[in-house]
Amino acid sequence: MENPENVIEVRNLEIDFHTYAGEVKAIRDVSFDLRKGETLAIVGESGSGKSVTTRSLMGLLAPNAEIKKGSIMFHGEDIIKKSEKDMQHIRGKDIAMIFQDPMTSLDPTMRIGMQIAEPLMKHKGLKKKEAIAQALEMLKLVGITNPEGRINDYPYQFSGGMRQRIVIAIALVCYPEVLIADEPTTALDVTIQAQILDLMKDLQNRIDTSIIFITHDLGVVAGMADRVAVMYAGKIVEYGTVDEIFFNPQHPYTWGLLNSMPTLDTEGGSLSAIPGTPPDLLDPPVGDAFAARSDYAMKIDTEKQPPFFKVSDTHYAATWLLHPDAPKVTPPAEIIRRQKKFAEMQRPEPPIKTATKE
Amino acid sequence: MRKYLLKRIFYLFLTLFIVATVTFFLMKLMPGTPLQNEAKLTASEKASILAQYGLDKPVWLQYFIYIGGIFKGSLGLSFQFSDQAVSYLIGSRMGPSMQLGGQALLVGVVLGIILGAIGAIRKDTWADRVATILSILGIAVPSFVLAILLQYYLGLKLGLFPVAGWSGFSYTILPTLALAASPLAETARFIRTDMVDVLSSDYIELAKAKGLSKFGIVYHHALRNSLIPMVTLIGPLAAALMTGSMVVENIFSVPGIGEQFVKSILVNDYPTIMGVTIFYSALLCLLLLLTDIIYGIIDPRIRLSGNGD
Ligand SMILES: Nc1ncnc2c1ncn2[C@@H]1O[C@H](COP(=O)(O)OP(=O)(O)O)[C@@H](O)[C@H]1O
Ligand SMILES: [Mg+2]
Repeated sequence: MENPENVIEVRNLEIDFHTYAGEVKAIRDVSFDLRKGETLAIVGESGSGKSVTTRSLMGLLAPNAEIKKGSIMFHGEDIIKKSEKDMQHIRGKDIAMIFQDPMTSLDPTMRIGMQIAEPLMKHKGLKKKEAIAQALEMLKLVGITNPEGRINDYPYQFSGGMRQRIVIAIALVCYPEVLIADEPTTALDVTIQAQILDLMKDLQNRIDTSIIFITHDLGVVAGMADRVAVMYAGKIVEYGTVDEIFFNPQHPYTWGLLNSMPTLDTEGGSLSAIPGTPPDLLDPPVGDAFAARSDYAMKIDTEKQPPFFKVSDTHYAATWLLHPDAPKVTPPAEIIRRQKKFAEMQRPEPPIKTATKE
Repeated sequence: MRKYLLKRIFYLFLTLFIVATVTFFLMKLMPGTPLQNEAKLTASEKASILAQYGLDKPVWLQYFIYIGGIFKGSLGLSFQFSDQAVSYLIGSRMGPSMQLGGQALLVGVVLGIILGAIGAIRKDTWADRVATILSILGIAVPSFVLAILLQYYLGLKLGLFPVAGWSGFSYTILPTLALAASPLAETARFIRTDMVDVLSSDYIELAKAKGLSKFGIVYHHALRNSLIPMVTLIGPLAAALMTGSMVVENIFSVPGIGEQFVKSILVNDYPTIMGVTIFYSALLCLLLLLTDIIYGIIDPRIRLSGNGD
């Protein structure tokens, strides 16, 4: 491990999928760290590679996937090199996962108590009775009312929000070091979403786990994450603290995401989805993959992949706009407004370098 | 649930009534008469025999007499065994048929589940292909062909099992195998399709994410979810067994209902033919009803909706 604070270190990860149409280059040179106790959000449009990235941490890639390059260090060992048997001892115990759709994530034919108890029996060697007793505690913890009366119920007897609580109970029952939540609230309606997010934050404090939180909706990131990584077309294009990403974004793609995000202070109407569609990963573009959709694309964007430019110690963005020789551009009005706010937040500190610096 | 059951039982009787009616008139359309050595009989002898069995009456009257008899619980008297009640005939031959059917169903379903599960778990490998070919063969090869092959090679040539007859367990093996092929193949096909679906579902993904072993996932999650819809297959399987048994019992000289049925057809023993048809129909209807009830009990997703939730 390069940094003892890190739980997981992903370096230069490249994953291809073999398909009849050719090789889908789904993950293209992705690196990131997950720190102890933090929540790292991975955001990006659907298809940008969020799920594939996190599935590789679980060793749960589709059979047609091939890890071309890179390493995933966990406890000083490379997960990629581990056997399926070894991964079974990590999954559900050290690294756990919550999926998107609670309506289909639970086995319809098994009592929920048993479904929560399963990881305990597998990983902690508990007898069924002890495991069920702990499952009951877990049900209480995730806020199921009357847990004694419900532990023998089947999934169909619960609402979507309650089922997601059960899925969370399953994921956390072994007190994993890392919890991967892949769009855990996307399938739920807004009020339930908020409850589930609150629950996850609360449990994170109690159980002391690091969370990788995946979403395509920046709106849910603000209150949840410590740091944010923005993904586009199989690459991370920008990462930084929540404040840096929300109020001092540098990559035109991040601008687009923020622009298309409804907020309380955008005075209605200015909402705009990013025009165009992501590139075909069978044959990804050479330069900045976002260039084709960007209003700020330059010639070099179509020729050369931009490296990461440092914005602050914690904030990096892969866009040629940050190159010293790049022309000055004016970001969308909404982004300028955000950057002003950021400047106010940072006032006592020395001025920060932005793409629009005067 | 109770209302539903009563409704189903009403339909069961309606079905049997229709079966009885249709069979009755089909009998009348069959060529030939139940009279053996017809040529040697004089006209008056013929008439008296026909009168004895009520065959001289107009067809519609015969029909009402027959249906009336059924309501009184009688399937009539057999023509070929003078004065033997058809119900007694069926009862006395039920043992071998049920044993054979039960054994074939057990062997077929168990092996079929294993074969289907292997196909699904090892999808698109050689094991899957072998399993698929076996089940296509099982469906395509008629049971009488298989029966004759088994009889010739395992019975006659190798002498591993008795060729025909019914006096001990070893006599049941070849007919059981011949009869089991079709349910085995059907089950394997059904389970494979179903389990491929199940294995790609979200809850299997979650089971993997729990760190369960491959075996644990199949055993604790995939199998149960694939087996539940299989209950609906039991009805059709039983029906296939009934038809299969008619030929297989004849080939192996098993003293069962199927063998009797074929004999009765050959001699135009109307009451026995009708009796067996109605008996098989009733058995099948009951199985289907039972299947539905079992399905409601074992599938927690539909257990409550049956109660009107
Ligand atoms: N099994 C697979 N075979 C081929 N392509 C795949 C497979 N799984 C994912 N992909 C491709 O990888 C890319 C990233 O997918 P994913 O990580 O699921 O995106 P998301 O960010 O929405 O979670 C997409 O282009 C998707 O089509
Ligand atoms: Mg996804």
